[in-house]
Amino acid sequence: MAHDSAHHGSATKRIWTVFGILSIVTIVEVALGIIRPVFLIETHFLRMHLLNWIFIVLTLYKAYLITWAFMHMEHETKGLRRSVVWTGIFLVCYLIFILLTEGDYIFDVYKEGYVAWDF
Amino acid sequence: MNATAVKTGTEGKVWGGGDEQPLKASYGKLMMWFFILSDALTFSGFLAAYGFSRFKYLNIWPIADEVFTHFPFLHGVDAPMYYVALMTFILIFSSVTMVLAVDAGHQMKKNKVIWYMFFTILGGVIFVGSQAWEWANFISGEYGAVETKGGKIIQFVNQEGEQVTLESFAVELPRERTRLTKNEALWYVSESSLPDYDLAEVVEGFKANPDLLVRTQLLNEDGRKVILSREESLAKLENDGVQVVQGANLVHNEYGPPLFADFFFFITGFHGFHVFSGVIINIIIFINVILGTYERRGSYEMVEKVGLYWHFVDLVWVFVFTFFYLV
Repeated sequence: MAHDSAHHGSATKRIWTVFGILSIVTIVEVALGIIRPVFLIETHFLRMHLLNWIFIVLTLYKAYLITWAFMHMEHETKGLRRSVVWTGIFLVCYLIFILLTEGDYIFDVYKEGYVAWDF
Repeated sequence: MNATAVKTGTEGKVWGGGDEQPLKASYGKLMMWFFILSDALTFSGFLAAYGFSRFKYLNIWPIADEVFTHFPFLHGVDAPMYYVALMTFILIFSSVTMVLAVDAGHQMKKNKVIWYMFFTILGGVIFVGSQAWEWANFISGEYGAVETKGGKIIQFVNQEGEQVTLESFAVELPRERTRLTKNEALWYVSESSLPDYDLAEVVEGFKANPDLLVRTQLLNEDGRKVILSREESLAKLENDGVQVVQGANLVHNEYGPPLFADFFFFITGFHGFHVFSGVIINIIIFINVILGTYERRGSYEMVEKVGLYWHFVDLVWVFVFTFFYLV
């Protein structure tokens, strides 16, 4: 589209910057995944240990960068952006909420029930 | 706005989006975005189902660091996740060359588009190949395990808690069981292969090696698998063991619950299929670029549209990587 023609040099620069950030974030994720710092595993927040939350937040950050910079979402109109992003986020959050709640419930049934599963 | 008075050159051209473009995007691009949205929901469904099963088996789920430990040309070296990290890099980098191709397309630089698209395709092919290699390792397995009556997996460790292969301790006994082929029972019943060892061979070998212990699927407070004492190990193996499992398929899985293998095959397979189809689509557009189709059309928007799809494939991998290998 026409909006890109005005700033050629900066577009390439932005691409390489985003690539740099994505690489660093991935390296951090892998390093944390291998080291697994004890205090991050022992600290719990909302029933999950902190390390997992860090992974999830970093992943969402990477997803945001890919969508906004690589897929040019930042140059699209507000209407297009919202109709794609908000729809997706709303439905995914709903799906995750119901499925994880149900999975957790079944875990309790397996654990608390009087049926032996490990034999 | 009076469309009959102002000529914009797109009158009646539905594929260009027509005269009125409230979202300032062409029809094709808009539809690509909505396809991506629906495909994202499909992947979310898979990943959420994975989360469901994982929450259901929260205390017996395999530890990814112990499952994916291979690196090409480094045999026997414990390299958790390095290879997947490399694959992630390859895919991110092919995403970068793709966006550079799109950018070169905006500037109508045909040769640059050709080269960047070439590297994108190359990255995609390497990624699919890596995934095939990852699958091969997962299917053939590493240590081997025994499945119990309850469908649970027991693995074998030495005194230091390191996993040992069945090969290292199983004894050689006369075999009663042979492979079932189609001409022996029913014509439609057969099996692909038998494990290298019988349960009896494993049990005898285990008894003969006093250093060996049984490791269960159960995770303790520190997130490590529970190891039984020697007496408990013997009792567990002799009373509960049903069959030897080597590697993973859709029914048996030496790493833990079969669901782990099922989701691994299904999600990475579906993603790999997307990468594969992305490579094919990229090749088609690549040929069109070389032929000069978009040069004549005066716009490289097709490159932008396949670019969107390619970035989406990368986006999905970011999530698969997190939820399969990290969390």
